[in-house]
Amino acid sequence: MSTLEIKDLHVSIDTEQGTKEILKGVSLTIRTGETHAIMGPNGSGKSTLASTIAGHPRYNVTTGTITLDGEDVLAMSVDERARAGLFLAMQYPVEVPGVSMTNFLRTAKTAIDGEAPKLRTWTKDVKAAMAQLRIDADFTQRNVNEGFSGGEKKRVEILQLELFKPKFAILDETDSGLDVDALKVVSEGVNRAHSEGKMGTLLITHYTRILRYIKPDFVHVFVDGQVVEEGGPELADRLEEEGYDRYATGAGAATIAAASAAAQA
Amino acid sequence: MTDITTEKARIGAPSAKPFINGFTEEGESLSPLNAKESKAPLAGEAVKRHSHGGGVGVPDSSRAGRLTSYKLADFKPLTGMEEDWRFTPLKRLRGLHTEVLNGTAPSVSVTAPDSVTVETVGRDDRRIGSAAIPEDRVSANAWENFTEATVITVPAEAQVDGEVSVLLTGQGTEASAQHVVIVAEKFSKSVVVLDHQGTAVVAENVEILVEDGAQLTVISLQEWNDDAVHASSQQVKLGRDAKFKHIVVSLGGDLVRVTPSARFTAPGAEVELFGLYFADAGQHLEQRLFVDHAVANCKSNVLYKGALQGRNAHTVWVGDVLIRKEAEGTDTYEANRNLVLTDGARADSVPNLEIETGLIAGAGHASATGRFDDQHLFYLMARGIPEKVARRLVVRGFLNEIIQQIKVPAIEERLTAAVERELAATDN
Repeated sequence: MSTLEIKDLHVSIDTEQGTKEILKGVSLTIRTGETHAIMGPNGSGKSTLASTIAGHPRYNVTTGTITLDGEDVLAMSVDERARAGLFLAMQYPVEVPGVSMTNFLRTAKTAIDGEAPKLRTWTKDVKAAMAQLRIDADFTQRNVNEGFSGGEKKRVEILQLELFKPKFAILDETDSGLDVDALKVVSEGVNRAHSEGKMGTLLITHYTRILRYIKPDFVHVFVDGQVVEEGGPELADRLEEEGYDRYATGAGAATIAAASAAAQA
Repeated sequence: MTDITTEKARIGAPSAKPFINGFTEEGESLSPLNAKESKAPLAGEAVKRHSHGGGVGVPDSSRAGRLTSYKLADFKPLTGMEEDWRFTPLKRLRGLHTEVLNGTAPSVSVTAPDSVTVETVGRDDRRIGSAAIPEDRVSANAWENFTEATVITVPAEAQVDGEVSVLLTGQGTEASAQHVVIVAEKFSKSVVVLDHQGTAVVAENVEILVEDGAQLTVISLQEWNDDAVHASSQQVKLGRDAKFKHIVVSLGGDLVRVTPSARFTAPGAEVELFGLYFADAGQHLEQRLFVDHAVANCKSNVLYKGALQGRNAHTVWVGDVLIRKEAEGTDTYEANRNLVLTDGARADSVPNLEIETGLIAGAGHASATGRFDDQHLFYLMARGIPEKVARRLVVRGFLNEIIQQIKVPAIEERLTAAVERELAATDN
């Protein structure tokens, strides 16, 4: 049983207009076996939370802590975090020219496990996982994400999730840009990984659509860098009907109304 | 002449209206100075004719105006201000541009399948000058001073299994001249490897003739010792439907300057020019290529990739592509990519594309010089891969695009190992 604990997290970025605070005190605890959905309108800071957990250099943590089973995650480098068991399925997976998928997957698996996977079982595992995610076998010969379609990139992210077996998976808008079929395939992959009972999931999404396939235990609503409401799966149902309107206050109302219209579309 | 270092351009099918200022369907509106003569000096029968660039306009304003001659005296002493020498540290040429090149030339040892003819010939052999004419002073100096040449002939229609391996071993630091002629006769298919090793100060001319329908790959490896100085003009002349692939790999040597030129003499021919270089502290690795589209319906594709590390590591890439008025239906693309691994290194990259007709299939050029892409690094590290390993993975991947073009397994392995050694040298 592992615990990922985020306490009073404040995060800012440097922009041309100066420092801008994006997360304004976020607290969240995820345990093995749990699925947490973070929902919120565009610009509410959902993706910032995901990238900050993974250690993207663009984001500066000003105060607050992130710990994994008591270990200080913020003190770890990006690769150390991954080896400690954190996995970020990226919203926009990066193309890495010249590095084949085969080479990449093996190198990463070796780094995470601290030893090279046994060649025979590894090849079999990769093939099986690819088949389940309906990824063509020839993808292994191609360069990492190079020329993959949006949907293919997302499926390859989930492929890595299944192969690397992290303690906590953070899915950053994995559902965006997917058609229904791809969404089902990807959701099944996440559910398979989750069903082994050794993983906690933080599912970041703009839409409620993916929650039909991946059932959250907890739903957190993010607005303007803060959690404004928390609840069980019923909260997602309510968001589906009502959108983010009722969280809107003051000047932000128009933005949120527009975002919620998109969410219901 | 354009002088753009970071740019992408692609000019596709001509339309009725000019969509780029200065271009019409008939091509760029060129200065009348350049409009008069546009036939390549080596095209067809013009081969042996003594040329001063045809008196075309202002020298250096167009690649077509570059002086070419077999006589050293025709080339003025170098000052370093010349367009084609402005990046080269002349002091480090160790006399290749000023001395009589009478040192001992690198020894030549050829391993070839039986079907291939290898000869050592004198200066008066009829094949000397069949594919090349010096385009700069150092090349002309080598031409004037070489005493014997190695001629490799792949007979007509021969399909040669395995590669022709030419080992050139430096014999010391006295300035010397070398001459190699490679003739791929009609419809033959072969691979020739020029393997430069040891210590030498040498100016070299490599003439390559690819006859009608022949397919030839020439791989030139510069794995010299650290003190070597090498200037190599490698010129190819292509017949109808000929295919030529050139791979230049420069890793070792104090100063290496390779100047490949490809000239089309009949339609349907195709060249692919690839290059890989890896410069360490203090090394000067220069490549200047020229593709002369003088006839219609030929194709060229150029890709050079380089990595640099250490103080005063310097690489130069200049790609001149000329599409003459006659060269309708040309399809050409050239690109150079440099990856700067440490502070203190310098990569110069100049793609030049001259287009004298708009009736072409496509013409493009691109150049990019950058540090590691932080996004690549973040992605790989977010999968648990340590920074050092991630960097190596990216550099290896970056250069592998060229290595995998070689398709001679033993050489691919050797170069992969050489790249690993380079990377290990500064622990990148």
